[in-house]
Formats: sequence, C-alpha cells, structure tokens
Amino acid sequence: MSLLEIEDLSVTFTTADGDVNAVNGVTFNIDKGETLAIVGESGSGKSQTAFAAMGLLAKNGRAAGIARFDGQNLLAMSQREFNKIRSKDMAMIFQDPMTSLNPYLRVSDQMAEVLMLHDGISKKDAITKAVQMLDAVRIPDARARVTMYPHEFSGGMRQRIMIAMSLLCQPRLLIADEPTTALDVTVQAQIMQLLADIRQDFGTAVILITHDLGIVAGFCDRTLVMYGGQIMEEGPTDDIFAQPSHPYTSGLLKAVPRLDKDEATLATIAGEPPDMSHLPPGCPFSPRCAQLLDNCRAERPMLETTGNRRRACHLPVQEDA
Amino acid sequence: MFPNRAAVEGVGDAAQLAEIKGRSLWADARTRFFRNKAAVVSLIMLGLIGAFALFGQFFAQYDKGFVDFSLIGSNANKGVPSIENGHYFGTDSNGRDLYARVVQGTGISLMVGIVGAMVAVIVGTLYGATAGYFGGRIDGAMMRIVDVLMSIPFMFVLILMLVIFGRSIFMLFLGIGLISWLDMARIARGQTLTIKNKEFVEVAVATGVRPIKIILRHIVPNLLGIVIVYATLLVPSMIIFESFISFLGLGVQEPNTSLGALINEGARTMQFGYYWQIAYPLFFFVVTIFAFFFVGDGLRDALDPKDR
Amino acid sequence: MNPLLSVRNLSVTFDVRRPGSWPWTPAMKLHAVSEVSFDLQPGECLGIVGESGSGKSTIARAIVGTIPSSGGNIFFEDHDLANMDTRQRRVHRRDVQMIFQDPLAALNPRMTVGEIIAEPLITHEPNTPRKEVKRRVGELMERVGLLPNLINRYPHEFSGGQCQRIGIARALILKPKLIICDEPVSALDVSVQAQVINLLMELQRDMGLSMIFIAHDLSVVKHISDRILVLYLGRVMETAEAHKLTTAPEHPYSQALISSVPIPDPVLERARHRPILEGELPSPLRPPSGCVFRTRCPKVQPDCADAKPALEDVGGRHFVACPYHEAQQVLVVNE
Repeated sequence: MSLLEIEDLSVTFTTADGDVNAVNGVTFNIDKGETLAIVGESGSGKSQTAFAAMGLLAKNGRAAGIARFDGQNLLAMSQREFNKIRSKDMAMIFQDPMTSLNPYLRVSDQMAEVLMLHDGISKKDAITKAVQMLDAVRIPDARARVTMYPHEFSGGMRQRIMIAMSLLCQPRLLIADEPTTALDVTVQAQIMQLLADIRQDFGTAVILITHDLGIVAGFCDRTLVMYGGQIMEEGPTDDIFAQPSHPYTSGLLKAVPRLDKDEATLATIAGEPPDMSHLPPGCPFSPRCAQLLDNCRAERPMLETTGNRRRACHLPVQEDA
Repeated sequence: MFPNRAAVEGVGDAAQLAEIKGRSLWADARTRFFRNKAAVVSLIMLGLIGAFALFGQFFAQYDKGFVDFSLIGSNANKGVPSIENGHYFGTDSNGRDLYARVVQGTGISLMVGIVGAMVAVIVGTLYGATAGYFGGRIDGAMMRIVDVLMSIPFMFVLILMLVIFGRSIFMLFLGIGLISWLDMARIARGQTLTIKNKEFVEVAVATGVRPIKIILRHIVPNLLGIVIVYATLLVPSMIIFESFISFLGLGVQEPNTSLGALINEGARTMQFGYYWQIAYPLFFFVVTIFAFFFVGDGLRDALDPKDR
Repeated sequence: MNPLLSVRNLSVTFDVRRPGSWPWTPAMKLHAVSEVSFDLQPGECLGIVGESGSGKSTIARAIVGTIPSSGGNIFFEDHDLANMDTRQRRVHRRDVQMIFQDPLAALNPRMTVGEIIAEPLITHEPNTPRKEVKRRVGELMERVGLLPNLINRYPHEFSGGQCQRIGIARALILKPKLIICDEPVSALDVSVQAQVINLLMELQRDMGLSMIFIAHDLSVVKHISDRILVLYLGRVMETAEAHKLTTAPEHPYSQALISSVPIPDPVLERARHRPILEGELPSPLRPPSGCVFRTRCPKVQPDCADAKPALEDVGGRHFVACPYHEAQQVLVVNE
C-alpha cells in the first residue's frame, strides 16, 4: 500500500469572475521513503495539489476526489481527525519560512509548543529535543541560538529551522513547496543536501514541488510533470530526463540553459502559460504545442500507463526521442 | 535599424488589427464602484442634494430674505410647513421661508466642504509628494512645518481670526483652507515614500526624466486613489466643522446661512414644539454626511491597491 | 580597441544608522561595492554573478546613476560618469539604459504601453512629432514581439513575459549603446525565460549593443555572456571569458559556486563531486579582514587574513583575486 494516494483530485476556486479550476483530475501516489518531484510552472496547479492534500486550501477553494493517507481518505475526515494526522504524519515546508514562523515568539517556544501538544512532554524536555533537532539540521551553536527570534536568522537558517520544526514529530511524509527558490545557490546546495540526509536518516518520504529541473535531477526518484492543472507525464526521473515523451517536458528541458553545455540558441516554447480561468477544451498545452495533431484542441488526452511511465498526449510514443 | 519581423512569437497570428482600447485601472475601479449598491445610491443622493442646492431657489415661493408679515406675531407657530401658502418647510422664527433658507444653507455648507477638500487635494498632495520624493533635509524641513502648523490649537486661532478680522465667509474659507491640507500632506508623503521605491520611478530617474515630471507623471497619478478617498471623507468633516463654528455663532453671518447655523436656530426653538425648524436642516445635514461617507467607502473598496 | 565602458576602483557605500541613535552620531558605513574594476568592449556582453548581497545590483545602479558612487571612476566613452554634475549626467543617460527584474513593477500602472515606451524619447527629444513617436513605438513593439495594436493597453493587461518585452522596448527606443539587465528573467516562468533570453541575444547582435547581464543563475549568465565577473561581498573574485570561467575556474569561490549549480541531468548530477560551501555570507557591515571569502574558503591559509589579495592576471584577460589559485575542473562539459 502506498503512503499517500491521490485519486482524481480536483481543486476549484470561486472568484468574482467565476470558478477557476486550478487542478483537474490528478492521480498519483507515493510510497514510504520515496521522493517524488512535482514539476510545473506558475499556474500548473502543483502547489494547489499539495495544499489540497494538506487541507490548507484558501477559503474560496474546494477539493474533490480522494486523498488517501495510509488507507484513510483525508478529504472525508473531520477537521479534528485531519489535524491529528497532519501534525503527526505529514508536514509541509514553504518557500518563505517566515509565513509559518511566528515573528513574536522565540524559536525555542515555537518548537516546544509543537512537542508539548503532541507528545505531552514537559517544556524542559521539549526544548532539549528541539535543540537536538536544530543540531540535526546543522544549525551551528544550536543550544545558544534556540532562544533567538526568527528574524535574527538568515534566510537559509530560517529554512533549516522550518525543516527542524516539521521533523519534530517524525512525520512519514514531508511536502516541500519550492523550499530553495528564495535562497542563493550555495545555500540551496546546503539545504538540498540536508533534505537528502534527512530522508536517509529518518526514512521520510518527500514530495518536492519545484519549477527547477536541476534540483529535481539530483534529488528525486520519480518525477511528475504538471501543466494547466493536469498531469502531462510521470515516470522515473532518469527516464523522464533521458527520454521525455511529452512535447511539454522535452520543450521544457531544451528551454533551460545548462552550465555544462554551450548551446548557440535555446529552443523555446512559444506563447505564455495558460490562463486558468479560460483553459482550452482539449489538451491544456495545445495552444503552445509544436507537434499539434488534429484532435489535440478538441479532445483531452487520457493519462495512459506504459510500464512504469504515464503520459497524457495524443502523439504516438516515439521509440527514439 | 529594426528589421521588420513578421513572426511575432507568443501573441497569436492576426497582426493587422485595429488598435485595442486598453482598460485603465480607473476604468476597473469605476466598474467595481458601480457594483457597490450603497455607494451608488449615496452618489445619487448627493447628486439630488447638489441639484437642490443649485436649483432649489427656482421653486421657492418666497425670497430667502422676505419676511412674511401675514403671519405677524406668531410666525413660528403659524408657519407650519404647508403646500397651500407656499412655505413648504414652514417659516423660521423671523417669518422667513425655511425652504429658501435650507436651499441657501445646503449650498454654503457644500461649498465649504468642497473648497476645503479641494485645497487639501491640490496643496496637500503636491506638498506631500514633493517632500516625500526629495526626501532627506527637504523632507525634514517641509514636514516639520506641517508638524508646527498642526500643533497650533487651530480652533482657538480660527476663533481669534474671526473675532479680530470680522466674521465673514472669506475668513472661514481661509481658516479651513489653512488646516485642511495638513493631514493630506502627511498621507501623500507616506504614500510617496512607498511609490518612489518602485522600479518604474527608478526607470524614469535612470532615463533622465526631470524631478518635476516624475512627480507629476509617475507619483501623483499613483497617489490619486488614496487622495480621492481621503478627500471624499474630508468633505463631510469640513461640513461638520463649519457647522460647529456656525453653531457657536462665529461662522456664517446673517443674512447668509449654513446648515449648521440653521440647526443652531432650530435647536433654540425646539422646546416650543417648532420641530420643523430643526428637522429640515438636520435631515439635509445628516443625509449629506452619510452619503459622503458611503461614497468614500465605496471609492476605497473600488480603488483598493490590493487589486492592482 | 578602446573599451566602451571602463570602471576603475568603483566603491559604493551606504550610511547605516543604528535605530535610536542620535542624529549627530556618525553613521556606520556599509561597503556594498569595494574597488571594483572592469572593462566592457563595444558589442560585448559581460555577465555579473554573485549571491544576494554581493553588490551586483549596486554596480548596475551606480553605472546607471540612480545611486551615487563614493569612489572611483566610471569612464563611458572617456567621460567620467561618476564625477559629473546632474545636468551633464542627464545628457549621457540616453546612452545607458536598464532592464529590471520585476517586469510589472517597472511599468507605471497608470500609463498606457505606448506612453511608457515613448517616455525616454519624449524626454530626450521633446520636439519629435507625435506621429513619428507613434511610428517608432509601433516599430519597436513589433521588433520585441508585441502586437502594435496593443499600444493603448495598460501594463496589468499583459503577462509577465510580455511586460518584460515592454521594458525591453522602452530601453531600446533611444538606440542606446549599453544595456544593463538586472535579473531580467528570474521572475519569469521557465518556458518564457528562454524566449526573453533569445530576444535579448538577438537584439544585442543585431543592434551591436554592449550589455551587462546581472543574474544569480550562473547557467543563464554563462549562456548569454562573453565574459563573466564573479562578485563576493562587493569585491571582484575572478573575471574571465565565460567558457573558461565555467570549465576551469581558478578562484575557490567560483569553483564552489559552479559546483553548487544543479544540472538538469540525473546521471551527471549523481556523478558530481560536490564540495558544499559551508556557512553564509558575512555581514557587509563587518567584512572579514584580508580576503573577504576566507571565512568560508575551503583552501584558507593563515596569511589570508592579513591583506586583501589583488587581482592577478593569469593570462588571456583572466584575473583572479587569490594568491593560492589553481585551475580546477568542477564540471564535465559536453561540447
């Protein structure tokens, strides 16, 4: 049994200009200890998928479908049951750590609060444990710095504190939403290394949500590519990068300049990311696709499984991509 | 220099269309404003009150200065509002037609409010934008002047002025004009400080646009949203302020009148049961103030910077 | 060939006041940029990379003239921009234009696209007839890939990529000699980034522009630049031809930076040996003595704290500010 199974998940937002379907019928799963990347641009629905699974959708959003964690459907649960699972078994870290750290509370108090609430241990024990966890995420001089306020730490350090906090209850699933986008490359390398070590040491499954293909390549077992709220392609990371079978994936891979290659010009994907309130009736990528077929605009391609890969495209699979 | 490139990537194919009219932020705000029912009703009310102040005298049966001697001796208790004798709103204690007086009072009150708000908008915005844009010492000096003016007990000074230089509408306008812009200058400066750090201002500086042009073209239009909202809220407070001065007997002088002065007179005769003498001016006063507040609220929602 | 732009010992300091201090206590000096020198040849593209706080945007703003420099010279065609009065400076502004990171924030929301693009032209050539202004704006819009019939639209009606095209059109209308791009693509989606990068490279080639391209993403900088300058804490660490810098960097910081950049190839990425740089950028208010990088340097020596290393010429316009430099290949490059 998979740790988290998402089945036919849809997310709809009600806005003044009508309903917007941010996620349309997404299905995937993640096993214990696995790392899955969800790759996509802004408006691809990658973050909303995670928010829906965590029950963190904005007020005007509704999720439909099934999100099974350990066999229990999260979306059918009462708020109370959901809270229990969310804090103990699932955790999430965000692009901006300050959104989930209270600027008026010391780091020690914030971390101890979580532990006291869930493990029912004394404040003293909780702080000792918090310091251990800060050590584990390699915050130098953790014992002295645990009493500082969040704004006294640098961006990279804050992200480490966030990671330490999310690991306090030893969750089985960690969802990281663009965890390094706001950080410099050298700090990004540190954080990604840290996440890799944590996964090794604690056996935590990680869903990494990102637009950066580079960090996916170094970190994730499997990759899921989303566009316009739908899954375009999914498979083992090595295969996706070596032989992308969806025009969007291959376009994306060619559009990124690489440090190890001297390209004369970059291949581009024409057009702009989709307007989610006016999606085309067929394939969401059809207005920008270079290999358009007759039925692409009218008919939405189904997600079809071949071996350990899935893709949603009318184009026949090419053996030699 | 620029080779004509037919292949325009990313924008579709039809290139030779007619120019498309853009939807400015103002147009967006207008749409949002007209969706707000309370604000639209209030705007209509304001329009009616404005029309009343401007054209009301044409429907009056009596001149505002005419004393109705036919009611002599008992003006007040015989001057009940009636359609037959033409005193729609009744008469005041001196036998003058209250309808004509209310028309005049509404006009003067609105004028006081609007002139005060206009001085605030023009002087306050430019002053605040200039101080905020240049910053440093200029800003320091200009804003300290505002602080000093604000710290003077203004009511006291105005009363002194009215006593020394005589009570006149002109003095009242001058007094109100002198203070109304101070708050606006502070608000405009605060906003300017945010706007001047926006990249489009930096672009203009880098391009070599002169400071005056930057203030007028880039800063003031982006300030206007908040300025307009504040100005609509300033009008009623100016009207209230004038009423207060008039209530004290220092504002508008006979034979002129304002809503505040009329309410003052009405309040004195209220105990004798001449309810109409206070009811009509008070009605126009309250409706005007409420309408301005609702319009201001509607404008604030419509121009809310969150939606930009 | 005479360089178009020649920056010599440029320093920019900011006054930082402790909150609550008296107005007359001297402010602390924040050295955002210290003694930076480089040359830019006509038609060349220089990339500037560095982490946040390295001073790369400050250099751009000092050249454009929106931040005063506190020392050194900026020679643009032999005129020293750094030591000029406001009036003279205004004349030279038309030759140097800038493109900004946040495409929407760089456009005045109350002006139409046509007014925005035309503004530099109206400022510097106020007597241009309106018809001519409109013709040139339309021509330029087409050139950067925007439909000219959108001329009366407002910025909020465009997507991020289109807004950046508007910004590029505005920068080009005066036919400047130098364009400074400050993180022009980092706010854009991956698929749109490539479009803008290609447009910039094409315009640079066709119009013979010189360009300074500032970004934190080394892959993008390498792709677009002829030469790269590596900054750390306001100081130049290394400058070299782009290919050479990425394949055989000499400075330990450049080496660490390059090895931190992820490569979208799982096989290569797993095979990489990656010495991860420990620690974080020191505070620019109290920079380390001697070499500013020594607190994080994997090859630090005791005497690194003594003196600031000078830029050393190692041949072929390749300069390194480290006495212990050695070329090291940190990346396998497929040609």
